[in-house]
Amino acid sequence: MSRAKRDLILYVNGDRFAVSVEPRKSLADTLREDCHLTGTHLGCEHGVCGACTVLLDGEPVRACLILGVQAAGHSIRTVEGLAGENGTLHPLQQAFWDNHGLQCGFCTPGFLMLAAGLLESADPVTDDKIDDVLSSNLCRCTGYQNITRAVCAAARVMRQ
Amino acid sequence: MTGSGTGPWVGRSVRRLGDPSILRGEGRYVADAIAGQDCLHTVFVRSPVAAGVLRAVQVPAGVWALTAAELASVAGICPTMDRPDYVPVTTPVLASDVVRFVGEPVAMVVAASPAEALDAAELVGVEIDRTPPVLSVADALRAGAPAVHDVAFPGEVNTVVQGTLTTPGFGDIFNAAATTVTVSSGSARQSALPIETRGSLADYEQRTGRVTLTTSTQMPHVTRTGICTSLGIPADLLRVVAPDVGGAFGQKMCLAREDIALVHAARQLRRAVAWVETREENLTASWHSREQQYTLTGAFDPDGRLLALRADIVADVGAYSCYPVTFGVEPLMALSELPGPYALEHYDVRARGVLTNKCPIAPYRGVSRPAMTLALERLMDTAAKQLGISPVQIRLRNLVREFPHTTPTGLVLDKASYVETMQDAVTAADLPGFRVRQQAAREQGRLLGIGLSVFAEHTGYGTPAFGARRLFMTPGYERVEITMDPSAGVVIRIGSSPHGQGLATTLAQIIADELGIAPEQIRVVHGDTDSTPFGWGTFASRSLVICGGAALMAARRLRQQLAAIAGELLDCDPWDLVFGDGRITRPGTESEVAIGHVAGFAYLNMNKLKSTSGSGLYAEAEYDPRGTFSNACHIAEVEVDPETGEVKILRFLVAEDAGRLINPAIADGQICGGVAQGIANALYEELVYDEDGNLSTASLMDYLPPTSAEIPPITIMHRETISDTELTGAKGIGEGGTIGAPAAVLSAISDAVTHLGVDVFQMPQSPHRLHASIQEAKQEGRA
Repeated sequence: MSRAKRDLILYVNGDRFAVSVEPRKSLADTLREDCHLTGTHLGCEHGVCGACTVLLDGEPVRACLILGVQAAGHSIRTVEGLAGENGTLHPLQQAFWDNHGLQCGFCTPGFLMLAAGLLESADPVTDDKIDDVLSSNLCRCTGYQNITRAVCAAARVMRQ
Repeated sequence: MTGSGTGPWVGRSVRRLGDPSILRGEGRYVADAIAGQDCLHTVFVRSPVAAGVLRAVQVPAGVWALTAAELASVAGICPTMDRPDYVPVTTPVLASDVVRFVGEPVAMVVAASPAEALDAAELVGVEIDRTPPVLSVADALRAGAPAVHDVAFPGEVNTVVQGTLTTPGFGDIFNAAATTVTVSSGSARQSALPIETRGSLADYEQRTGRVTLTTSTQMPHVTRTGICTSLGIPADLLRVVAPDVGGAFGQKMCLAREDIALVHAARQLRRAVAWVETREENLTASWHSREQQYTLTGAFDPDGRLLALRADIVADVGAYSCYPVTFGVEPLMALSELPGPYALEHYDVRARGVLTNKCPIAPYRGVSRPAMTLALERLMDTAAKQLGISPVQIRLRNLVREFPHTTPTGLVLDKASYVETMQDAVTAADLPGFRVRQQAAREQGRLLGIGLSVFAEHTGYGTPAFGARRLFMTPGYERVEITMDPSAGVVIRIGSSPHGQGLATTLAQIIADELGIAPEQIRVVHGDTDSTPFGWGTFASRSLVICGGAALMAARRLRQQLAAIAGELLDCDPWDLVFGDGRITRPGTESEVAIGHVAGFAYLNMNKLKSTSGSGLYAEAEYDPRGTFSNACHIAEVEVDPETGEVKILRFLVAEDAGRLINPAIADGQICGGVAQGIANALYEELVYDEDGNLSTASLMDYLPPTSAEIPPITIMHRETISDTELTGAKGIGEGGTIGAPAAVLSAISDAVTHLGVDVFQMPQSPHRLHASIQEAKQEGRA
């Protein structure tokens, strides 16, 4: 296996990262190890659980199924990019807190980014659409009810 | 939910204290510690065959690896029980002469990066002479079956634990009964499947020779004890830290052989060494659970009273015994708790654990209770049908109504609400209305069904209960240490190790009410053997009951110390003082003092006090209760597609009683998450081995945890029966959701398809299984 590294530029949460990674390295590992952004978690490494969901040019993607080199030059948003400058919670984060939408918290960044991709898109957001999109990711603690409740609450706040 | 204001705090849905940082992505799980660390990385080379003689492990030059040969000084893991029927077997840290399941670690490869470790692991050669594997209980118990371990078995070969009990006079009652009803039910193998896999970082400190093991565990202190015992080193040379833990559900409460290897390697290499389990490893070689079969025969009187119960229980325990609770955990729990919430007097039971060449078992949320409740509740439904009474009637005739009630196995059911919660649920479900809808739907070719389950959930038990199981290592008590600093900030150090249950918040609520301060002023320190008292960790729905009880005791002691000083400052009897809103007040007067002022006095002005028991504010407490029982009734409403066998849950009701609700939102969260896992167990999840002993379901494409699309809205009703068996009034609630759901779901499926001649008893009822039952009934003309 080639260990030759490639230099690339990633734009993450508005910051520019110049990194040097093996071509086989996933975007998730690149974010975690080379950009030191460990909020993006890995739960299955094969694209099912969605814990590693990030936004790539505004669209939710599984960061374990994309290579770091494929993301070169693209704009990436991770959970660290949701809160305001002084740590003020994003409406989604606030709604998860208010609605007990997390327990162990491991899947939470993936759900937050999945929901952010939906709520910040130009498409109209309905409760059915929220239900449909949230079934993309796995949570083992909450039974989903409070996650759905939180995202619906955030949708209402963000529409205002 | 609330986040500010004044007390009382207990009983309110206070928002969890640590959530904002987790929501901002600042959580620190073990892989996050590893990502920021200059460390070596590990890949375990695992056995590709289920059974065989390990001839050789070839490590090429240039690859750093540990094999059993390098671990001669390291003892294997051998938990024991004080019972003659228990057969101790040893788990070597790495397989030495024999491999016993696919996924068993054979070698540990260490390299500079995870990718390089993976490359190096592929170069390690493993020579194994295959032997015939034992892959089922039937296989293991047939005459001439190969023994999974070369040890002496007091009974059948491969039977490693066999509990039996017959109450006096059983035979007479059983044989004389008007009606006997037999059911066979069971569960497939399942995985607890936390979304964070296991992982650890063993960091060697040159200066002291100590290792800090940061690991995703439910039991930091017990993990330390287990590893140090294997390595033969003093406990002080190892510090175990549980950082944020990404779910566990029992899978992270047993000692991992990988962790022993990791600490050993860190000591050998004098470097930090890390391991993060892949999902495939987690499914193949972490811990499995639940593969149990029950055959129950109930002897009933004509009114439906259960007079006597005969049970045969057998658990496939896999290849090794888990530390500390052993592979007796499933069969022996089933033996002792099977009678559940019913007033049964006569009981005859045999419960066995049987070895196979499969991944070892460990506790998973509810342990035996989901399968046990399924068996007993399906017996009740079947008997009701046979006797021509309703499922509700038969339960009304058998549920315990007088407390305390001693079960045939000596458990004491404390005050509960078995009848009342069932009535709550049945009323909410509107059974008559459902029957009308069911009939109307059937006329349109749609199959609806409804089913209920009632159960008692044994929670918060201390050393008396574990001692009664005759575990050599006897878990149970919890200790806490509480201090108030000179500014009235409180720190409590606990031996429990929460990982998503919100314990830091609920403990803070309990303490805040005692001390008259806000929960935000209380910091809970957990998950670090260097800075917490020895404790058993978080499992078995115990932490809020046991650690919470200890916290209450300690807070009261601290309050007495504050009151003594405040009494002197306010010139009154300390017993009269009222604590609240950060002040200590003499009732009926304007006379008051800020708690911060009193706290400062305790440290800085002791010379000005007449009576004192020493400086500072510090208390500790230990709590070791005998245990309590939460209870609930679950009702599921389902629709079955007869063409595909697919089951959709339309509605799910929980009427629950866990005593005092410290934080209702957290309690509901435990119930919803538990029910989702129960539904998963009932309908979707199954670990399947092929005929060679390979796991066919080693990815999340094949092993199917439900998404939000499969989990229905869950309606929850509470009762709060306060019994005097636990200090805070709170009973445990961690497992109930998972315990009750499978029986309710399978009962509902049976109700939907009973007119087709189908009744279901095995979980999961995946579409192929239910479809096959429907087809078989059609062919046999049962409908």
